[in-house]
Amino acid sequence: MSELSVEHLLGIKYLKPSDIDVIFKTADHFKEVINRPIKKVPSLRDITIANLFFENSTRTKLSFELAEKRLSADVINFSAGQSSVKKGETLIDTVNNILSMKVDIVVMRHGNVGAGVFLSKHVNAKIINAGDGTHEHPTQALLDSYSIREKLGSVKGKKIVIIGDILHSRVALSNIFALQLQGAQVKVCGPTTLIPKHIASLGVTVETNLKKALEWCDVANVLRVQHERMDIKYFPSTREYTQLFGINQEILDNLGKKIVIMHPGPINRGVEITSDVADSNDSIILNQVENGVAVRMAVIYLLAQQIKR
Amino acid sequence: MSKKTLLNSKDIEIILHRLACQLIENHDDFSNTVLIGLQPRGTYLANRLADLLKTSYKIKNLELGLLDITFYRDDFRRKEKPLAAETNQMNFLIEGKKVVIIDDVLFSGRSIRAALTALQSYGRPEHIELLVLIDRRFSRHLPIQPNYRGRQVDAINEERVLVSWKETHKKDAVFIEPK
Repeated sequence: MSELSVEHLLGIKYLKPSDIDVIFKTADHFKEVINRPIKKVPSLRDITIANLFFENSTRTKLSFELAEKRLSADVINFSAGQSSVKKGETLIDTVNNILSMKVDIVVMRHGNVGAGVFLSKHVNAKIINAGDGTHEHPTQALLDSYSIREKLGSVKGKKIVIIGDILHSRVALSNIFALQLQGAQVKVCGPTTLIPKHIASLGVTVETNLKKALEWCDVANVLRVQHERMDIKYFPSTREYTQLFGINQEILDNLGKKIVIMHPGPINRGVEITSDVADSNDSIILNQVENGVAVRMAVIYLLAQQIKR
Repeated sequence: MSKKTLLNSKDIEIILHRLACQLIENHDDFSNTVLIGLQPRGTYLANRLADLLKTSYKIKNLELGLLDITFYRDDFRRKEKPLAAETNQMNFLIEGKKVVIIDDVLFSGRSIRAALTALQSYGRPEHIELLVLIDRRFSRHLPIQPNYRGRQVDAINEERVLVSWKETHKKDAVFIEPK
C-alpha cells in the first residue's frame, strides 16, 4: 500500500490505520532527505500550495512552508490579519479567489470547528487541516505519534497521558484518535474544569492526580494552557495550576522509571513544564519539530500524488 | 512468443567478471571512485559487482551507495500506480569523485535522467559513468548511452526484459517475454 484512502486531510478521525502507516513510511524517506546537504527534491515542481492562516501560528506555518519548499512546490501565504477577511469577505469567496490563481492544495488553519470539512465540500482543491478551532490538528497528532514511534520503536501497546488543557485542545483530540488507531492506551490528566464532560466516551480514562498519571504512562504529552481560548476562569491561578499539574524534574526523579516528555509548543516555561525537564534528555520536544517537517512532506506528497491533470 | 532465456547464470557470471575488469581498467584502485546502485533493481547488480571487486580483485575501500530516485522521476502523478520510495543509502558526498551509476536494464533512459538529478544533491562529481547489465537498443527516449554494458538486446517495445537474481528468485538469469 502506498496510497491514502482519503482525498483531504481533514482530521485523524477520517483516517484508517493503513493511512497512518503509509504516511509514516513516506515520512521516513523524507526525514532522510531533510538531513542531506541539499535538502530538497523536485517532486512537486508543478504544484502550487496556499497556506491560509486565519488564526495565528508560527511553528505550524513555518513547518508547512518548509515542507512545501523542500518538495519544490510553489507556495503562497496568507494571514487573516492582512487580508480582505477584515473587509467582510466570506471564507468560500476568499478561497475561490485564491484558487482562480491555480492553486492545487490549500493548507488551512481556522478558528471555527469544521472549517476544513466545509471548505472541502465547496472548493476544488485538496484541503489539509492545520487546526480548526478546538477540533482537530491532524498533522500535529501524526508528528507526535511519529516521534513516539521513533523514540520507542512503536506506538502499539504504549501508555500515553495527555496533560493539561484538554478542553480547548485540538492537539489532544487528534492525538487521542491517532494513538487509538495505532493501538495505544490513552489517559487524559488535568483540572476537572479543563477536561470535557463526555471524554470517556472516546475510550480514554481520566486522571486528576498528576503523580498517578505519570506513574502509569510511558509517554507524557504536556499541553499549554490556552489562555486565549478561555472566556471564563477555569482554575484559580497560574501558580496553583503549576503546583498541581506542572511537571518538574523532582516529580520525574521520584517516579523510579524513565518516561518520554513531549510538548507541541509553544512552551510556557515554568507553568506546565520547567526548563530543566523541557531541555532534558527525556524530552523529545525538538525532535517533534524536526519530524513535523518530514511528516508534513509525506502528507503533502501523498495528497499531491492523487492530483491528475 | 513465449518466455525466452537470454542469459543463464554462467553467462551472467562471465559478464560480471568482464564488467569488473573493465571498471578496474578505468578506475584503478577505486580510491576516487564511488559505485551507485539504483533502487530497487540496480542494487542487486551493484552489490554483486562490489563483492566481486572486493573478493576476486582485492579492491579495498570500495564505496558503494544505493540511490532512490522516486522523488526525482518525471512520471509522478502520470502513472496509474502510485510511486513508492525505497531506502536511500548514501553515506558520502560525491564532490570531485568519479561516479559509476549501476542499473540492471537501460530502457527509456528516464531513470538515469532522474538519477543524474538526484546525484546533484550530493555534490559536483568529476564525472559520471553508466554501467548496465542489459542495454535495450531502439527504445531510448533520451540521449543517454551506457559506458559499460553487459549485453545489448534488440528487444521491441512489446517485449519485456526480466532480470532475476539468486538473492530474490533463486537463480541468476535474464529472460525476454511478450508483455
